[in-house]
Amino acid sequence: MIGMTHYLVLSAILFALSVMGIFLNRKNVIVVLMSIELMLLAVNFNFVTFSSFLHNVAGQIFVFFTLTVAAAEAAIGLAILIILFRNLRSINVQDMDQLKG
Amino acid sequence: MTYPNLIPVLPELFMVFMIIVLLLVDAFTSEKQKGANLLLTMITLIGCFVLQKYVDHGVTELTFNNMFILDNLAMGTKMFTYLFSFVAVLYIKRYVSDKKFQSGEFYVIFLFSVLGMMVMISADNMLTLYVGLELFSLALYGLIALYRDNVRATEAAMKYFILGALASGILLYGISFVYGATGGHLQLEDVLRSMLTLGDANAGLMTFGLVFIVAGLVFKLGLVPFHMWVPDVYEGSPLAVATIIGSLTKIAAVVFVIRFLIGGLVLLNPAWSVMLLILACLSLFFGNVIAIAQTNIKRMLGYSTVAHMGFVALGLVTVSVDGVSATIFYVVTYSLTALAGFGILTMLSKGDFECQSLDDLKGLSKTHPVMAALIMLVMFSMAGIPPLVGFYAKFKILAALLAAGYVGVAVFAVIMSLIGAFYYIRVVKVMYFEEPVITLEVADVCIFSRSVLLVNVALLLIIGILPSALMMYCNALVSG
Repeated sequence: MIGMTHYLVLSAILFALSVMGIFLNRKNVIVVLMSIELMLLAVNFNFVTFSSFLHNVAGQIFVFFTLTVAAAEAAIGLAILIILFRNLRSINVQDMDQLKG
Repeated sequence: MTYPNLIPVLPELFMVFMIIVLLLVDAFTSEKQKGANLLLTMITLIGCFVLQKYVDHGVTELTFNNMFILDNLAMGTKMFTYLFSFVAVLYIKRYVSDKKFQSGEFYVIFLFSVLGMMVMISADNMLTLYVGLELFSLALYGLIALYRDNVRATEAAMKYFILGALASGILLYGISFVYGATGGHLQLEDVLRSMLTLGDANAGLMTFGLVFIVAGLVFKLGLVPFHMWVPDVYEGSPLAVATIIGSLTKIAAVVFVIRFLIGGLVLLNPAWSVMLLILACLSLFFGNVIAIAQTNIKRMLGYSTVAHMGFVALGLVTVSVDGVSATIFYVVTYSLTALAGFGILTMLSKGDFECQSLDDLKGLSKTHPVMAALIMLVMFSMAGIPPLVGFYAKFKILAALLAAGYVGVAVFAVIMSLIGAFYYIRVVKVMYFEEPVITLEVADVCIFSRSVLLVNVALLLIIGILPSALMMYCNALVSG
């Protein structure tokens, strides 16, 4: 029988993968944007799991909001990526070295 | 069907309406008539301020199924934010037109970020808190990226975007666990109530969620080790945007943290107090020490913000009314100080020039004695030298810490402030005791903006000498 824990562990794995995707990625900014989306989806998975097992609908409504915000976020992220490419002629993470943070 | 009570949200509704008007006006005016954008922005901010005063009945009001709260804390901090936003517009308007920003877009996005701050301040449900946070931060990413021919600005926008999205994801992950552990509650009061009834059940899940929530919140404040974005964003963004990010966003961020930690999760206080305490001490140390090595003023102010936010977090650690009201006082006065500091730098950037290196300020006292004196007062206030307001703000936080029994931490904070005084005073030394390298020109800002700047800096002195009125006001915001 698949219980709540299984779902939570799966979403935790997805979440960990996306965090690793952001920090270990040394190549492409687009992969970072993908990881951010994956992270939000892992959170959504969590919300739906709790919502289903608790018989409470608020979690699923939250998911709608997260999805909407994720769409807006992707739009802004890609827009910034485009002007970055216009200025740098590259979308390599390592080329973003003007500011040493 | 019953309709929600719209009176408490009147200022926000007015703002949304005016943003749409501004978008339309911008689309139908020619390049020469762009002054209309600025005028409309100012009218919006003044109108919101007046409406906010009008909807204040001194009682807590909830609307939209308890998603939106208008209590004393929200009232007071919103008034400050509207006021400071208006002052910020006065400081940056010349810069915005000099640097050939698309003024319509700039002010629309700016107003959206102010709207996001208002939602963050007034949210009473984790859903509204999240939506407000995203509205606010998405607008800020866009605002930085508007300076689109500049490599540094776009790089700063990208870094801010990635780290900001990461922090929101972490925060959301934490929220999802709190939602699960409380049995399906997102409303902050319900979370508190269900934690009282649940007792120790689900405590593990709750603490697990709390760790993620604190990490997300602390990122927004910019505490070590989640501070990496602060110096980069301050350095990379144009001064006009740095003025906004560096000063008025701080109030909303702190209220956001108060809503989460003291409004909803106050029962987990022993756990998050320890986390905040450690992060605050790290911020005080790294913020002050790394700032010494900076030669770029914007970057230096970024690290100084990290240190100041460490102080703010120390005030929250106490969880007492005194501590939290000292925190509000600290963040309001810090915001006022940073507003003046960034405002002066913005005014010293004429045409395409950007005043950001310490060398630019060399010998400023000989070329522009008034500006040099104003910068000196701001720096002294940030360093916490009496009788300026920074001293009293730090003093109240330390007093609250001592009252809560954190003697060692208070001593540590004082030592770190002493180290911090070094780099503030170095700015003063550079201005007064060195020869000019370049001749700085003051941008031709209008006389009104200049007088507001003078009043702003004078307030640092006046509040520093007579702090009791503002302190009592902050106290009423927290306890009432």
